[in-house]
Amino acid sequence: MTSPRTGHLLGKICLHGAWVLAVLLAAIVAGVAIGETPISLSLVFQVLANKLWGAGFVLDPIDEGIVWNYRLTRALVAAACGAGLAISGVVLQSLLRNPLADPYLLGISAGASTGAVLVAIIGIGAGAVSLSAGAFLGAVAAFALVALLARSTGAVSGSGQIILAGIAGSQLFNALTSFLITKSASSEQARGIMFWLLGNLSGVRWQSVGLAVPVVLIGLAVCLWHRRALDAFMFGSDSAAALGVPVRRVQIVLIATVALVTAVMVSLVGSIGFVGLVVPHAARLLVGVRHGRLIPLSALSGALFLIAADVLSRTAIKGQVLPVGVITALIGAPVFAVILIKARGGR
Amino acid sequence: MNKQMRIAELACAELCWSIKGAPIIRNVSLKVQPGETLGLIGPNGSGKSSLLKLLSGVRSPDSGQVTLNGAALSDMKRRDIAQMIAVVEQQAETSDAISVRDAVELGRTPWLSALAPWSKDDDDIVCQALLDVDMADKPKRAWHSLSGGERQRVHIARALAQRPQILLLDEPTNHLDIQHQLSILGLVRSLPVTTLIALHDLNQALACDRLAVMDKGELIAIGQPAEVLTCERLRQTFGVEAHYLTDPYDGTRILRFRS
Repeated sequence: MTSPRTGHLLGKICLHGAWVLAVLLAAIVAGVAIGETPISLSLVFQVLANKLWGAGFVLDPIDEGIVWNYRLTRALVAAACGAGLAISGVVLQSLLRNPLADPYLLGISAGASTGAVLVAIIGIGAGAVSLSAGAFLGAVAAFALVALLARSTGAVSGSGQIILAGIAGSQLFNALTSFLITKSASSEQARGIMFWLLGNLSGVRWQSVGLAVPVVLIGLAVCLWHRRALDAFMFGSDSAAALGVPVRRVQIVLIATVALVTAVMVSLVGSIGFVGLVVPHAARLLVGVRHGRLIPLSALSGALFLIAADVLSRTAIKGQVLPVGVITALIGAPVFAVILIKARGGR
Repeated sequence: MNKQMRIAELACAELCWSIKGAPIIRNVSLKVQPGETLGLIGPNGSGKSSLLKLLSGVRSPDSGQVTLNGAALSDMKRRDIAQMIAVVEQQAETSDAISVRDAVELGRTPWLSALAPWSKDDDDIVCQALLDVDMADKPKRAWHSLSGGERQRVHIARALAQRPQILLLDEPTNHLDIQHQLSILGLVRSLPVTTLIALHDLNQALACDRLAVMDKGELIAIGQPAEVLTCERLRQTFGVEAHYLTDPYDGTRILRFRS
């Protein structure tokens, strides 16, 4: 009985996976081609053909370097990061029953920044993995603190209390980060770290892709696996329990996943705000509230959103690259306001 | 569905539960007879909702235990419990724009796994549940556009879609107009499942097979409605004077209250 149903599911995944992948690839190619020095699509495809299949087109090594090492890695990490932050937003909004929940607003990104900076300055271990591990510990610590604070104020699910606690947590961890930087970093280190903190894709290379893409795929798989459990939280955690969801275990697994995904993204590109807030709400308007559709569409939209935001950050001001976090905040803050107003009207 | 599978036995022994030191449930033992409709009555704050939460396993007691078919509920998987027991909470709200149909489909959660997608059987069960509560004509309506009564009927449909053997309902007729109160109660009584239902309206409670009376967290009486709901008990527990009248229309006994 299970096998034809599972076969049907596989068919659906292949069908939808195909167009999702096509859209994503088109966006990545566009992200590579558009920039201060526009690169023709044919050149992009020639570089890809050379690198992936050894096609042997004769190309300018500088162009090839820009496409392969600079623009492509940037677009891939932007896609992974956007997808990761968007699904983190979906999961947090569902578990906390709060439309304003987002890794940035809940202080998870701030905690991850503190953890990453601590590792960078003290220099425990080296490389992207230990930076991510530090960020993960920071993210978990921040969420634990925020959850504890919200709980001790007697927050009921869906109330604004957890968001207020998140703002307090963000402030605390941002202050800690500033303190660490001022106390221990050289002025050159400090400038680099501050630029990175605002959300920045400039330092991204292939090593970052190798970390970001697998982590976001794992995160996506875990969230999709729990799609029905997430649906069951629709009427609160008691209702989820009555529908057969092992509430505590699901909460721990999903929050840990969100913390991991957010931490890795923060350690690679700094804290980029509002993606997890804007994208899930837009996706809900398109496909409704069921997570089987909401999670994949949010991941795709998040990827597209951040690729577009990155292109905008590189092209908005001639000769300057804005931190991508500035672009997402400029779009995200008004959306935050709209959600606030709508939430009030809906009651 | 296999009829023999649908007579699960729910019981509890010496249940105690307190919140921050304040006792909510004190030493409650009871056994729900397979197939019966057991009404749970008592004044506000007497522990009816809390007892239902303990019996459904959503909360764990401080001491004592709940058993389902003789097995301790605390040792069972949530999913296995949810395949047998469905719960209709008193107030379960959402700010999400979920549709009626989607909300009822949630009832299939304990029967599906991550790899087993939605099937035709699930569709049929959901359609039947919508028909049972008279909501089949509005499957696409969004949650926030529903009235309180419609929301409650959707919750009941969701519980029915769980295809439970035991249904726990916490004042399900609270927000309903009289027509839907009567139809929901009639529906609940006609279901081939064991039902434990917390009720406020004592005349409606009289129609249950048996009644359990809660007062200050204790179970003070359980038995046939006529034995349990005496004028003496109504005075002591509910603080009202009352006497029975016989309806000349069909000979039913009804309660008339005086303050």
